[in-house]
Amino acid sequence: MQTHGFEEILSRHPVFAGFDGATLALLAGCARNEHVNAGAIIYFEGDPADRMYLIRHGDVAVEIGTPERDPIIVETLHPDDILGWSWMVPPYRHMSQARATTDLRVVSLDGACLRRKCDDNPALGYMMFKHLLPHMAQRVRALRLQVLDLYGTASS
Amino acid sequence: MTKGQTTHGILKDPTLLVAALMADGWRVIGPKVRDQAIVYEVLDRPDDLPCGLTDSQSGGRYRLEAGQPERWFDYVVGPHSWKKWLFPARQKLWTATRVADAGFEIEVPAIDWPKTVFFGVRACEIAAMAVQDRVFDNGTFRDAAYAARRANTLIVAVQCARSAETCFCASMNTGPGVDEGYDIALTELAGTSGEILVTAGSDWGRAILGPLALPSATDGLIEAGPATTAAAAASQSRAMVPDIARVLREGLDHPNWEVVADACLSCGNCTLACPTCFCSDVEDVTDLSGDHAERWRSWDSCFSTDFSYVHGGAVRRSPKSQFRQWMMHKLSTWHDQFDMSGCVGCGRCITWCPVGIDITREAATFAGHPHPAET
Amino acid sequence: MTVQPASHAADPMVPRRFRVDRAWSEIDGVASIELRPIDGGPVAFKPGQFNMLYAFGVGEIAVSISGDAAQRDRLVHTTRAVGAVSRAITQLNEGDMVGVRGPFGSAWPIAGQTGRHAGFVAGGLGLAPLRPAIYHVLANRSDYAGLTLIYGARSPQDLLYADEVARWKSRFDVEVEVTVDHAAPGWTGRVGVVTTVMDRALAGGDPALISAFLCGPEIMMRYGVMTLEAAGVGLDRIWVSLERNMKCAIGFCGHCQFGPTFVCRDGPVYRHDQIAHLINKSEV
Repeated sequence: MQTHGFEEILSRHPVFAGFDGATLALLAGCARNEHVNAGAIIYFEGDPADRMYLIRHGDVAVEIGTPERDPIIVETLHPDDILGWSWMVPPYRHMSQARATTDLRVVSLDGACLRRKCDDNPALGYMMFKHLLPHMAQRVRALRLQVLDLYGTASS
Repeated sequence: MTKGQTTHGILKDPTLLVAALMADGWRVIGPKVRDQAIVYEVLDRPDDLPCGLTDSQSGGRYRLEAGQPERWFDYVVGPHSWKKWLFPARQKLWTATRVADAGFEIEVPAIDWPKTVFFGVRACEIAAMAVQDRVFDNGTFRDAAYAARRANTLIVAVQCARSAETCFCASMNTGPGVDEGYDIALTELAGTSGEILVTAGSDWGRAILGPLALPSATDGLIEAGPATTAAAAASQSRAMVPDIARVLREGLDHPNWEVVADACLSCGNCTLACPTCFCSDVEDVTDLSGDHAERWRSWDSCFSTDFSYVHGGAVRRSPKSQFRQWMMHKLSTWHDQFDMSGCVGCGRCITWCPVGIDITREAATFAGHPHPAET
Repeated sequence: MTVQPASHAADPMVPRRFRVDRAWSEIDGVASIELRPIDGGPVAFKPGQFNMLYAFGVGEIAVSISGDAAQRDRLVHTTRAVGAVSRAITQLNEGDMVGVRGPFGSAWPIAGQTGRHAGFVAGGLGLAPLRPAIYHVLANRSDYAGLTLIYGARSPQDLLYADEVARWKSRFDVEVEVTVDHAAPGWTGRVGVVTTVMDRALAGGDPALISAFLCGPEIMMRYGVMTLEAAGVGLDRIWVSLERNMKCAIGFCGHCQFGPTFVCRDGPVYRHDQIAHLINKSEV
């Protein structure tokens, strides 16, 4: 497997930009390229969360299913966004469904592999969480704004 | 005697001046007693002018009392200010009538303002008129009706010979002596000899006094004039903290706002009594037929619930934010807007606040000073 | 003595009469009108300014002018029905008469930002007051280093001027990103808040070149400013449009005060650094 290509891809991503070469090499060992066809489900709600996806090309809809109608899109993700956090926290299951809305190219990292390497190497673990947390914080802030339903409509 | 003034003479009885003005066709608006207070209303007869009265004022308290029987002007300001006449509480701005073709026509009423004298205007009130002159002519827009009333009103001022406990015009540089902004000024000299010094402050004033041929004032009496107001100034126990505009600008989050808020009822009395408060509401009304509409402008108060309403709610919902808006506007942001203070030190807001909130004491608290009256 | 007031034309509290030439629905609850003057000549306005619109017998409200400032002979207003007066305005038909006072207020200083990258961030109905400024840049596109519009709305059905925005998006010299808070079935565009889209648009660009103009709910503008600031855009190159209770619109009634300013005279467009100390305070 050509991991040095992944090191370069990872090093250019905002989350991993501060990592040193050895750490990137460690992470690259968990990485692989994936291609998803437009319309395909990347993961279903409830699936074991065992991968983290860096979107390189294409768009993703994060959606939640409901019996009486098509799933509701709660967020869309685009190149350079990160899809999938549930691999970081127990019970390591996906909380929503992710669907490729276009042809998709991603670098995916094996969640179990990442967790194992973080357990073996606490310094790596700390770096991972330290750099991923701000991204999650941004997403939480954005979601709060979404929940506020600021714009309203004529009826609200 | 300052430049431009002519001391015309001596008057023993100010009702003679009122009578002369009335005989010359002037509507005289001046002090009258109503509901146990001095108010400003149209005088029907010269002897409507009250005599022998004084007042006792403090936080939340006003009492009209018997004073020296021969003295005319020992009361100071009451609940009314001259804004009630220059900036009426309700004004019809225009009427509109439906016409054919889904249209309407607008008519603006003419102002009915007979030639009018304001009789008995105090220094702080002249200062207040100058403040509202600036508000209603802001460089882009001008209240023409206000300007017309102002231009067609003769001011007969009274130099204060005493101050109420609530007066602090001296610290605001707005009194108790008047130097300008009047047509005729009356100074009731100290003592019981009953002389009132009469001074003209404008050509208009000189033209009115000329025919009256008042007896001349002696030099001694002329010199006694300034001493009268100096005594009134010296007796003032309240004062505004200097540099209050900056203190409040920097004090948006001062804990004292919460303290005042506990007392403030948001009743708006202060804004009604204040001679410079200018906030108004614009109301569009229609009759039952829906064919006739009117637009009215009426006094409003920053303490009213929906004053700052935007879609969804009012921006200033709490008494704390409303009081802060009032006090910061009056003493601080007014400077940014109009290059002057909005306060003239008349003390009405202290007297007419039902819980006696004292703007000078609160200012001292914000500035971190002990209150002058308490030292 | 009877004193005559100023003439009808010179009294700023007396509306000029305009005829509704066209009236049409935009999105649910929102309608636009195109007005032609009956009293007096055409109105010259600057992007960002507003008029007080009077519906006979109902009342008067402040509405931003949303048409093209270069088209002098007509006035366009887009209004959302939220109260009695605004509802009456959205129910106007061709041939009806309205009263207009204005234009009032400060303008988007877009003409002074030539050579720079003009960034517009609109939320909900906030696109309406920005549209005249966008028109100006489009008409003078070569004077600007770039034009970006980021537009967020509640849902796809709430996208204002959708066809026009799509036309702008199809131009090669304009960057347009649209996003919604809530998707609807069949929506294939972005779902998420404008700040997320802003982060993406700002990444890799030169913040020193950006002049940003934001209009929408105040929360959206505050968070938008934070996003711009984090990306290095100067606070003296960011303008927002504020809304307060508006009655007279001429600085006499006191209702619209925001700190030491009158929104009807010193605003509604404010440069952010001049109000930064007030905008985060509650109940000012």
